[in-house]
This record gives sequence, structure tokens and C-alpha cells, in this order.
Amino acid sequence: MTTRHARPAVATMFRLQFEPAQESWVLLYPEGMVRLNTPAAEILRRCDGCRSVDEIVTELELAFAQPALRDDVCAFLAQAKQRGWLQ
Amino acid sequence: MPAAPRPTIKPPMWLLAELTYRCPLHCVFCSNPVDYTRHQDELDTSTWKRILGEARALGAVQLGFSGGEPLLREDLEELVAHARGLGFYTNLITSGVGLGERRAQALKSAGLDHIQLSFQDSTRELNDFISSTRTFELKSRVAAIIKAQGYPMVLNCVMHRFNLPHVGRIIDMAGRMGADYLELANTQYYGWAWHNRAALMPTVEELRDAEAIVMAHRERLDGRMKVLWVSPDYADAKPKPCMAGWGSLFMVVAPDGKALPCHSARMLPDIDFPDLRGTPVRDAWYDSTAFNRYRGQGWMKDACGDCDEREKDFGGCRCQAYLVTGDAAATDPVCPKSDHRGRIDAMLAEAQAERSQQALCSAPAQPLRFVPGASRRAGLLYRCDENSRAIAAAQSAELS
Repeated sequence: MTTRHARPAVATMFRLQFEPAQESWVLLYPEGMVRLNTPAAEILRRCDGCRSVDEIVTELELAFAQPALRDDVCAFLAQAKQRGWLQ
Repeated sequence: MPAAPRPTIKPPMWLLAELTYRCPLHCVFCSNPVDYTRHQDELDTSTWKRILGEARALGAVQLGFSGGEPLLREDLEELVAHARGLGFYTNLITSGVGLGERRAQALKSAGLDHIQLSFQDSTRELNDFISSTRTFELKSRVAAIIKAQGYPMVLNCVMHRFNLPHVGRIIDMAGRMGADYLELANTQYYGWAWHNRAALMPTVEELRDAEAIVMAHRERLDGRMKVLWVSPDYADAKPKPCMAGWGSLFMVVAPDGKALPCHSARMLPDIDFPDLRGTPVRDAWYDSTAFNRYRGQGWMKDACGDCDEREKDFGGCRCQAYLVTGDAAATDPVCPKSDHRGRIDAMLAEAQAERSQQALCSAPAQPLRFVPGASRRAGLLYRCDENSRAIAAAQSAELS
């Protein structure tokens, strides 16, 4: 479970970067790549091991002028953790 | 001005830089060309840097440093640093020979992202026999160094009749070493492996037994270490989506600067592969005859042309088609729809017949004895300069 005070970070196995040629953010790992959609990228970019889940949610709600993003963000974080993208 | 790329051609995503054909190991299944001694004029550091820069500008993002043994290049750290600066994800594909603590640290500082280390078996005897070197202990030490320095580590083991019975122990070994992934790469029959195919070929039953063990371990591991079982396509009778299609996302640059769509394509006849010493990567990828030769579906004939699978397997492998049928544009002969499937079945039947014969003679199940002459008795030709030159000379004699 992703708790509100957890400070998720992209796992060391992965590298997150913007690819101009694909005009998207990608997760790179040994001999592979995941192309991220915009919401996934916006969340993962903030998973720096410093921000808490609460802070990430607040930031995203402000940035996209949308209230009540918590459930979506937490669902994504749980999925990302299951795939090994987060530690 | 270079011509604008045709919209249907996507940029290359994966660049494999084969820095050298030199290698301290002599593996009997090596994917380098059997006549590699003909192509040993290696690119210099600045040419490599230019090629990496051009490929990155086109959109390439994964970069493998391979060989031969890439650690034999003294400029490896410099090339890694350059590639990392360009934004590549950098993979080192190595036998481990030459990877001491200091070099591993220097590569880490240069920005190397990941190391793939090869093993030939879980036993010293077979590891050393198949590679014709005493490298088992060294590889074990290297695995510990890789983990201690915090690299993601992939272990790769090429599988064949001799080590398939050890597959469970190979998985255990990889687990003990802390591998993140284990690639059990069933032998693909090209290069030296094609030359040694009769000796390396497992029976269908041997493959099925090994696969069942792999599945059981996967369940036990529950994702803790990913275990990849590369489909043995002869036995599975399913063409592999080779390189995700010719000139689709993969470019190999050979040590002498030839740009190739895969590791083994340079042995195909009548194709003039672009030389990156004088050709920009963009021109080689988008405009060369070689990279357009088997792109898309226009070249497909007979069984592939109207097959539903062509969107998934892209007609399979051109090199395999050439080696088995003599025609690189033929349907991949492992496909049951190929007119030449019988040739694959015959090779598998030969392996089966040999095992039955052995059983009758009550020979031991593990046929190798580690005594002088064992390789000759097993019918194996090691990858080495002397053998490469002999094969190249024989090829030249055939042509003249």
C-alpha cells in the first residue's frame, strides 16, 4: 500500500528521461524502455525520494487545476510499485 | 541536404556497438561471423563518437557495447562517458574478462548504466570447456564486483544440449549471485553455432524437460528474479519476430564500421552494407539499399504473403532462411508453413537418433569427458583466429 507519508523514488534499475525524438517521457532499464503517457510521466517525475505522496498529490492538483486526484495518483503509484518502477 | 525520411520508417531505437571482434574466449556458439578475421580493422575513438552522436540525434536511446569483448578496447570508458552525455542508456555486454574492481568503478564514474555478464554453465568444467578458457572462477568474482558496485546485473547463459540438463542449477547460481534478470538464451544457429549445430543441437524432449524446470522456478521466484527463456525456434516451430523486423528499430555497427540490421546479416550474399566510415547513420538507416531490402512486407513471398502472423513475426529471420534454404527472402524455415520445414525436422531427428544410438551403447547421459581431444570427439570447432582464418580461406577457395 502507498501511504500518504511515503516518499516514493524511481527504482535504481530504471532511469526516467524525456526523449525529444518520441516527444515523451520514457523509463529506461537494461535493454528495454517503457514509453509513458502524460499522467504517468507527471507523477513519476515527482517521485524523487524527497516529496511525500501528499505533496505529490497537492502539486498535481495545483498544476492541472483539478481537485481530488488522490485516488488516481495512489492507484498509479501502487501499480508502478508492483511493476518494480518505484522503491 | 539529406532527403527527408520516408514517413513509414521509424527511427532506430537500439544501437549495438560491436567495438571489436577480438575476444579472450573461444565459445563454440559465438554469434560473430566465422570469417571475423577478415574484418579486424577497427574504428577509432573519434569515429565511434561521431556514429554515437548521429544515432542519438535520430532517436536511438538504448546502446549496447558488445564485441568480441568490449573491455579489450582501452577507450571504452571514454565512449561510455560520451554516450551517457548524449543521453543513451548504456549497456555493457561482457564475458567479464578484464572487469576488475577498478575498471568497474571507472565505468560507473563514466556513467555506465547496466552490465550483462555471460556464463556458459553452472559448473566450472562445462563453462571452461565450452569457452575453451579457465574463466569460471573469474566470472564468479566479476559478478560479485558488479553487484557490490550497485549495477543492475543481467546474467546470460547460452543453452544447448550440454548444459540444458543443468538449467535448474544455472537458475540457482544466478539467484545466489543476485542477478536481476537471467537470460536463458537457447542457441540460435548462426555464425559459429551454425557451424557447430550438429554437436550443439538438443532434442525436443531435452528442451521440454528444461522448459518445465524453468517454469517451476519462475513460479517459485514469483518475479524476484526475472527468468527469460528464449524460444528454441527449431523445436517450437514458431518464427521469431527477428529484430522486430529488418531495419525496424535495431542497428548493429560492426567493429570495422559496417552498419547491419542484425548480428549475422553480413554473411548474406549480394548485399552491400553501408560503411559508416563514409556514410552518415541517417543515410544508412533510411536510404541504403541494404536496410530497405527486407523492410516492411513487400519482399515477402509464398507462405508469408497472405499469412495473418506476418504482422507479428515479420516473416521471421532472413539469415535463418538463407542458411537453411539458400534464399534469404524465403519464409523462415522453422515455420510449419515453409516448404523447407522438413530440413529443420531432419536436424532435430538427427539429434534424436544420436541419443537413441547412445542409449543402445549405454554411453553416459552426459557425453562430455574432459580429456584431451574432447572437443574433436564432440565435433566442436572453437571460435579462434586460427579456425576463422581456415574457414575464410576455404570460403575464398570455394568462390574462386
